[in-house]
Amino acid sequence: MSHVEFSSYFRRRSEKAYAIASRALDRGALAFLALLAAVGVLVPLLNLAVPPTSPLHVSTYFVVLLGKYLCFALLALAIDLIWGYGGILSLGHGAFFALGGYAMGMYLMRQIGTRGVYAHPVLPDFMVFLNWSELPVYWHGFEYFAYAAVMILFVPGLLAFVFGWFAFRSRVSGVYFSIITQALTFALMLGFFRNNLGFGGNNGLTDFKDILGFNVQAPGTRAGLFAASMLALMLGFVVCRIVVSSKFGSVLIAIRDAEARVRFLGYRVEAYKLFVFTLSACMAGVAGALFVPQVGIINPSEFSPANSIEAVIWVAVGGRGTLTGAVLGALLVNYAKTTFTSGVLAPYWLFLLGGLFVAVTLLLPRGIVGTVQDLWLRLHPSSGPREIAPVPDEAPRPAE
Amino acid sequence: MLLVFAVALLAPICGARGEPYANAVAHFTGDSFSETEQGIAGVAASGNGLAATVITALQEGRLLFSAQERLVLIREAAGRLLDALTGEAFAGMPPADLSTVRLNNRLRRIVEGVLGTLTLLSPDPARRMDAAQAVFRSHDPNALALLDQAIAKEADPRIKTVLVEARAAVVLYLDSVEDAEKIAAVAVIRDRADQDALALLGGLPPTTSPAVMKAAADAITSIQNGLAIWTALQNAWYGLSLGSVLLLAAIGLAITFGVMGVINMAHGEMVMLGAYTTYVVQQLIRAYNPGWFDYSLAIALPLAFLVAGAIGILIERGIIHFLYGRPLETLLATWGLSLILQQAVRTVFGPTNKDVTAPSWMSGSFEVGQLTITYNRLCIIVFTLLIFAGLLALLRWSRFGLEMRAVTQNRTMAASMGIRTSRIDALTFGLGSGIAGLAGVALSQIDNVSPNLGQGYIIDSFMVVVFGGVGNLWGTLVGAFTLGIANKFLEPYAGAVLSKIAILVLIILFIQKRPRGLFALKGRAAEA
Repeated sequence: MSHVEFSSYFRRRSEKAYAIASRALDRGALAFLALLAAVGVLVPLLNLAVPPTSPLHVSTYFVVLLGKYLCFALLALAIDLIWGYGGILSLGHGAFFALGGYAMGMYLMRQIGTRGVYAHPVLPDFMVFLNWSELPVYWHGFEYFAYAAVMILFVPGLLAFVFGWFAFRSRVSGVYFSIITQALTFALMLGFFRNNLGFGGNNGLTDFKDILGFNVQAPGTRAGLFAASMLALMLGFVVCRIVVSSKFGSVLIAIRDAEARVRFLGYRVEAYKLFVFTLSACMAGVAGALFVPQVGIINPSEFSPANSIEAVIWVAVGGRGTLTGAVLGALLVNYAKTTFTSGVLAPYWLFLLGGLFVAVTLLLPRGIVGTVQDLWLRLHPSSGPREIAPVPDEAPRPAE
Repeated sequence: MLLVFAVALLAPICGARGEPYANAVAHFTGDSFSETEQGIAGVAASGNGLAATVITALQEGRLLFSAQERLVLIREAAGRLLDALTGEAFAGMPPADLSTVRLNNRLRRIVEGVLGTLTLLSPDPARRMDAAQAVFRSHDPNALALLDQAIAKEADPRIKTVLVEARAAVVLYLDSVEDAEKIAAVAVIRDRADQDALALLGGLPPTTSPAVMKAAADAITSIQNGLAIWTALQNAWYGLSLGSVLLLAAIGLAITFGVMGVINMAHGEMVMLGAYTTYVVQQLIRAYNPGWFDYSLAIALPLAFLVAGAIGILIERGIIHFLYGRPLETLLATWGLSLILQQAVRTVFGPTNKDVTAPSWMSGSFEVGQLTITYNRLCIIVFTLLIFAGLLALLRWSRFGLEMRAVTQNRTMAASMGIRTSRIDALTFGLGSGIAGLAGVALSQIDNVSPNLGQGYIIDSFMVVVFGGVGNLWGTLVGAFTLGIANKFLEPYAGAVLSKIAILVLIILFIQKRPRGLFALKGRAAEA
């Protein structure tokens, strides 16, 4: 390849990359990313650099709380990608989130070393407690962060790939798919509750000390984890934007709206679904992995079906089929949850959450962002649609 | 030393009565387990008429002693005190240091064996039966003579069989018996074929001759084979029981999900409401008319149906009605409803488990061979099958059933025939919810009545409906019993949790093969 060919190849490549980027990152997306980046820089800065006496100081409690929300927002993005754009409602996404969390938890457990209660150099405390003599095979390698990082993507991805391959190949769709994903996470929860599986039984993994050599309790580490979560969220947002604004994304939306028709047009529907489902599971895994060091524990209750279905409502509230909506919904609902469950209103939280499910599906089927977009379009008919949200069927047609 | 002292002291008191008996009773004042053991053996060997009374009192913690006054007394059920030596009422003041003769587990076993021997000739057949069983387990060599006597006198064939078995057990453990007789004894015990027989044959003393050992080993194999069949039957019974519970929980769902295509995540809460209705009915009966308690379930059944059915109709009119054709949204909205209903019940009744009692005719059990069948499980199976049959009949022969099937098969056509489809939708949903309420009444008998009651069933019931095939009640029946029995047969090998996981994985794999379930609808109706 001559020099000229080489450079023109690169120019073509970079032009293509630029085209993809400019299509994916329109004005709204860039503004949203800038907002996220600003928060990602400001919050840690106000926490670490501003003295606690200053009114501008952000408490570590708030940093951790917001960091947790950001992980949930990433999970919501993952769900929105498959539900809002692919029409696949997974009620088991909490399973991928928890698997990523467990992978991170295993790394953190191995970092404890001799500082555990039993001071065993290799075995985590719960294994010593159960009289295990050596580390199970699947725990090997988790002492290296790089290996753990690969596993955080690989384990949820593999499960989603295998599960999705079986499910989509035999055209399990709609509510059937929702129910078997729920059964999947339920089965995993029962499994992880067992001591002999080697993941700490119902206590899960906890008492973490270090991550990458930094103390997980230190404010600096917490601010760092917050920034990392924000970075992951931004990255997830960009990935989702690239997927949904590409030709692939158009096919995906077509599958959501008329699966049979897309299949008759010659597209391999199951391949599209499988790819997006696996990608979404990997994103959920990353969210779980960032969640665990911030809250300091991972246990089997993360697998509970109620958690997964709660994550779906974040997306519904924010507006499915709008990526910004998923993020917004996760932040809003979780903020409401924190406010309600930590005060005198605690007994009413489930009423509110339940009411939210009912109200959003009945009154606000396109969520907050979707509804705002609709209003905007009605006021400015010329501006055109920014993001394509699903249009709910108007005509009632049960069981035909 | 102490013993001699005690006997010396007691001797003048006992007077003319049988010396060995008095000496034996005196051991009970020793307040040590070894003394008590000697006392038991002595009393049993004395042949005194009071022996059985004393040992029974000892077993039931009614044998009292005073170390200071060298007295052994029996407290009767009515509270009267008897002198253990004479069997007559104790006249004087009870001594201050009167306390119960204590037993440990080893002594309790000895007491049981001795008591068995002593009561072999009791006039009460039930006691004779217990005695024979006790001797079988203790194989007390002293009982042999008494056993022969009892066998000769016994008229009841069932007791006689057990007596012969007990004699065989004693013979097997005697050193002085010919091999041929022992092998015959092994045969007798083999025919008994239960866990006790296995234990007896497995525990033969090492001095037993090889020929007898071989006969025993053969007998053990044959008993185990027999027991394996009983275990399988037991598993099948538990499986049927679990299957009927699953069917009960899923059958309402089969209507709402199967017939209407509506995913009702609040279905479990309808079951819970039915259970709470039972609780309320029982509380009211307790408060106002305790005599009706045995009818509480019969009263709760129609009420639970009405409560759950009415709430079901409300849900259909208020929420689901607006969401037809959007199954995923229906799923989310009904999930929200389930949260609200749970929290409402928690607010009203509190988060703790409520006590729902079984009426007297539902408690207890009976045995078929080695199977123990409890009445409440049996009732639930019968009840489930009745509901199933009733539902089939309703769908097949009633006007409402006809209209329901018509709407399921072709909504537009049904509507043009003048069927008010929207009214049928509401009624169908009410029917499904009402049946869930009925299920709640039954499940309140075997499960904890708490706000989370329904949650435990929702995934299982969906699995049943999906496995059995949507839109087909027979599929639900077969699905429920298949899953129930498969679960119970896997449990001994894999444990309760793993077998549940295995079942879930199997269903997920099964759906690959037949995405529409076991009994899939065919034709146009399938293209929902």
